[in-house]
Amino acid sequence: MKGTLTDSESLRVPLTDICQPRPCLTGKFRARRINRMINSAVVIDGLRVVRGGRDVLRDVSFRVEAGSVTGLLGPSGCGKTTLMRAVVGVQLTHGGTVTVLGEPAGSRRLRSRIGYATQAPAVYADLTVTEALRYFASVLGAPSRSVADAIEQVGLGSHADALVGRLSGGQRSRASLAVALLGKPELLVLDEPTVGLDPLLREHLWNLFHRLAAAGTTLLVSSHVMDEAARCTRLLLMRDGALLADDSPDALRAATGEQDLERAFLHLVKAQR
Amino acid sequence: MTASITLATTRRILAQLRHDPRTVVMLVLVPTLLMLLLRFVFNSAEVFSRIAPALLGVFPFVIMFLIASITTLRERTAGTLERLMTMPLGKFDLLAGYALAFGLVAVLQVAVATAVSLWWLGLTVAGSVWSLLLITALDALLGMALGLFVSAFATSEFQAVQFMPLFVLPQALLCGLFQPRDEMGWVLHWLSDVMPLSYAVEALTQVTHSADWTMTLTRNILIVLGCAVLALGLGAATLRRRTP
Repeated sequence: MKGTLTDSESLRVPLTDICQPRPCLTGKFRARRINRMINSAVVIDGLRVVRGGRDVLRDVSFRVEAGSVTGLLGPSGCGKTTLMRAVVGVQLTHGGTVTVLGEPAGSRRLRSRIGYATQAPAVYADLTVTEALRYFASVLGAPSRSVADAIEQVGLGSHADALVGRLSGGQRSRASLAVALLGKPELLVLDEPTVGLDPLLREHLWNLFHRLAAAGTTLLVSSHVMDEAARCTRLLLMRDGALLADDSPDALRAATGEQDLERAFLHLVKAQR
Repeated sequence: MTASITLATTRRILAQLRHDPRTVVMLVLVPTLLMLLLRFVFNSAEVFSRIAPALLGVFPFVIMFLIASITTLRERTAGTLERLMTMPLGKFDLLAGYALAFGLVAVLQVAVATAVSLWWLGLTVAGSVWSLLLITALDALLGMALGLFVSAFATSEFQAVQFMPLFVLPQALLCGLFQPRDEMGWVLHWLSDVMPLSYAVEALTQVTHSADWTMTLTRNILIVLGCAVLALGLGAATLRRRTP
């Protein structure tokens, strides 16, 4: 079931991705791919995470190319958040390796190079947006200018002096996203950043993600909405703690013969059984 | 440890407090109101002078315990702690930031309560007022450090609030406030021996009754300080970068 690269795929693929390996379904050509020298921001090999006696991640291996917008998709509860926590180095793991920007995940030197936004907005509700961001900026050692920049980037300029606790759910999650953008991190790990946002804002944020990627930032973005998958340069489809596919959207369509990515996902689930 | 991160943390906590004026007012005034109430209950400056110094230590201890355990629990449940753990922030930066911020609040709290007790309620202190302030501030620090530590074992606000009667009230009961420690049975006496608040209250009583700075006073103060540092260290051990 190996897909062919179509011409249209290169439309969304940034320059750094041109020499990416031929897309393939996960597992089959893993060893070969890992041997290849690619500029990877994240390399995960055989990752296993057990929580409450249950395997939350089972032998997950993939790489995230530098400068890509990689979408991590799958139904809720499939292990997306655990995987992202492993990448930022706050998850206890039970096997395998996670290498981020050339260092083992969680190492001290990575702490100012990664931006992480959790699914639930993690910003102090009893501070104003600016105050909260100023604190995180000083922890990161980011210049004070970056606070206003980040607020502007997520479109919260008019609410910069509002208390985070008084913001709407969508605004609060954008405030949380703004924290992740502080100090221009090389890797952004964003857990469902567009949940609860209206289509216009989602469009705004996805444009921002691609602008950041074009400037060299690597993005790992999770979502459980398949229509966001088409906006990624690369897709990781997960189900039940395992990787189902690791491909570009177009290659995934070609491989499954489905135009709709949601149907392509269902196709893969059925094929797996 | 990075001084700039510690200070940024202190500033952040004080900014959070500033947005919650009701809490600030209560922090500053509640111990004073309680002292006032106590003065009227005893209706005698002499009896009040006997018991007030110990309570000047107990009130900030209790309040700081509560405040610290709830704030750190909130930091854990809101995800901001996990976020900070992905950033270049040392555990002691966070704890020292908390200690500084709440320490400042505690000093303010104790200063107001002591001033009112001394000038209005008829409290007489034989020793220096500064040593009284020092010991009460250490009590507050101890309460805060214990609160930080036990909050790690609370998974909800309900549990955190109940840790107060569990960890704090026995110390208050056994510290010599209600019954002289020498008159307790050996089990209770031993228990009061291992509870840091006993030493704080002993030190406070001593400062009120005598102007001499004795070795026992130094020892008591060092024990309180040591327990606070120990609790902070244990608190740091409960802050994990990687969690299951």
